Amino acid sequence: MSKLQEMDTYLTGKIGDALIGSTITNGELAIEIHRDQLLTVLGFLRDDVKCRFSTLVDICGVDYPGRSARFEVVYHFLSMYCNHRIRLKVMVDEDEVVPSAVSVYPAADWYEREAFDMFGIVFSGHPDLRRLLTDYGFTGHPLRKDFPLSGHVECRYDEQQKRVIYEPVSLPQEFRSFDNLSPWEGAKYAAEEAAKGEAENG
Amino acid sequence: MADPQTEKRKFTINFGPQHPAAHGVLRLILDLDGEVVERVDPHIGLLHRGTEKLIEHKTYIQAMPYFDRLDYVAPMNQEHAFCLAIERLADIEVPRRAQYIRVLYSEIGRILSHLLNVTTQAMDVGALTPPLWGFEEREKLMVFYERACGARLHAAYFRPGGVHQDLPQDLLDDIGAWCKTFPAVLKDIEGLLDNNRIFKQRNCDIGVISEQDALDWGFSGVMVRGSGMAWDIRRAEPYEVYSELDFEIAIGKHGDCYDRYLVRMEEMRQSIHIIEQCIAKMPKGPVMETSGKVAPPKRAEMKQSMEALIHHFKLFTEGFHVPKGEIYVAIEAPKGEFGVFLVSDGGNKPYRCKIKAPGFAHLQAMDFMSKGHMLADVSALIGTLDVVFGEIDR
Repeated sequence: MSKLQEMDTYLTGKIGDALIGSTITNGELAIEIHRDQLLTVLGFLRDDVKCRFSTLVDICGVDYPGRSARFEVVYHFLSMYCNHRIRLKVMVDEDEVVPSAVSVYPAADWYEREAFDMFGIVFSGHPDLRRLLTDYGFTGHPLRKDFPLSGHVECRYDEQQKRVIYEPVSLPQEFRSFDNLSPWEGAKYAAEEAAKGEAENG
Repeated sequence: MADPQTEKRKFTINFGPQHPAAHGVLRLILDLDGEVVERVDPHIGLLHRGTEKLIEHKTYIQAMPYFDRLDYVAPMNQEHAFCLAIERLADIEVPRRAQYIRVLYSEIGRILSHLLNVTTQAMDVGALTPPLWGFEEREKLMVFYERACGARLHAAYFRPGGVHQDLPQDLLDDIGAWCKTFPAVLKDIEGLLDNNRIFKQRNCDIGVISEQDALDWGFSGVMVRGSGMAWDIRRAEPYEVYSELDFEIAIGKHGDCYDRYLVRMEEMRQSIHIIEQCIAKMPKGPVMETSGKVAPPKRAEMKQSMEALIHHFKLFTEGFHVPKGEIYVAIEAPKGEFGVFLVSDGGNKPYRCKIKAPGFAHLQAMDFMSKGHMLADVSALIGTLDVVFGEIDR
């Protein structure tokens, strides 16, 4: 049994109630847990002698607009003592909140602010949930899939008003997203798809 | 009787974003009690370019050059993480020669970064000569970059599947010759700084980080090694050919700015050692994966082979596909753990690419580190954190 599988069964035994699922792919262990038990699990991962995930490496959001719970919040942990890593995921929808990890890992502070800024994911109990990377007075959450690549406003220095002003984005040429996916390789043939659809419909 | 107005007088001052010691576009809001720092609120994002958003709209190969622009002090190290992520996800084998070249240039990047950091930190605390000497050496290293790929900074040299071009033998010889001369320059810089009274007064016992603090704040790289933990991803999770190379991990004892300076100096020596081994051990052979599915064929081949022409066309219009899945790959960048979390939906563009920059975690501990220090120590602290805003703001 590999080290990762061992860890997987160990975690299932210890925090099985909080666990939704776990996968081992590409040599990495990823677990998904219930959102409301996040802090208990984090405390366990940090303090348990077999885990000792002492370092919070990263927190990031991933946007899946098609899902019922839109965002995935992905945590990466590292144990410098045991030399292993783990990925932890919780699902959250737009109008729901994730408990903040700042009380367990102080390093979570800016990562959560970034996730809030970029995706609009709200972390409850965060001491200072302000925007981090975007401009002062910015609106919207740029890394959401429905946010346009060109943004909504652009700024320039105005000679008359002697200050920097914001204007709606105007592109001389409309932004074009080139989709070069071809049906030759990797994708499905259009004709094949149509034939399949016909066969299914009878 | 004390005047109530002078008795309690607190200042809030702006540090940056246009301050030479801010190492870029950092804005700090400092709450001061006299000259003692009470609270620091770093405002970042002034260099935010939306790299992660842009990457989602580019094919894998088009997204690659963005990584040069993150930590622009050591560009190739960032490319390395992205290439490794793609290669592990798509299961691409990298030829041995390419692996050695990558390690060689990663170590050159480490020296580039440490040289800049050590010497500018000396400048922040008042010494002017070290940057002049250090930048002379950096210039030579940049020429090695240029001779390998044509660009001094934004290399785009590491590609999924290998490196873009092979290195000519005379370039390797010149790098080897430089390795012989560089230790003397390091010694000169050390001669200026190691026992320098001012340098020590400004760095010893400043910004002390204990082992637990380093873990709590998610530090990596020199910031944990300076606090006495022998953690190095090159050793702990070896990638490329690091497991076959001989090098030592330098650690500090006190976790202060001075120890971190010493660690960086020693790491440069180790990098030289690694570079020399790479040159000696470098095998002959291809430098790029040759199936034609991830890397374009040679121009000469395209004149002869229809299939090569098709591969070329496909790669530069559609790009290659990466199998569906997720992966997190970390490398030991000069500043610490640089990671790429890549989510692929099976298409030709990344679905999500999160960049974990070491400086981001280090800078957020600024408030914790500066509390109780003097205002003048703030610039020493920024120096020791080794922040570069390309990677923090992304």
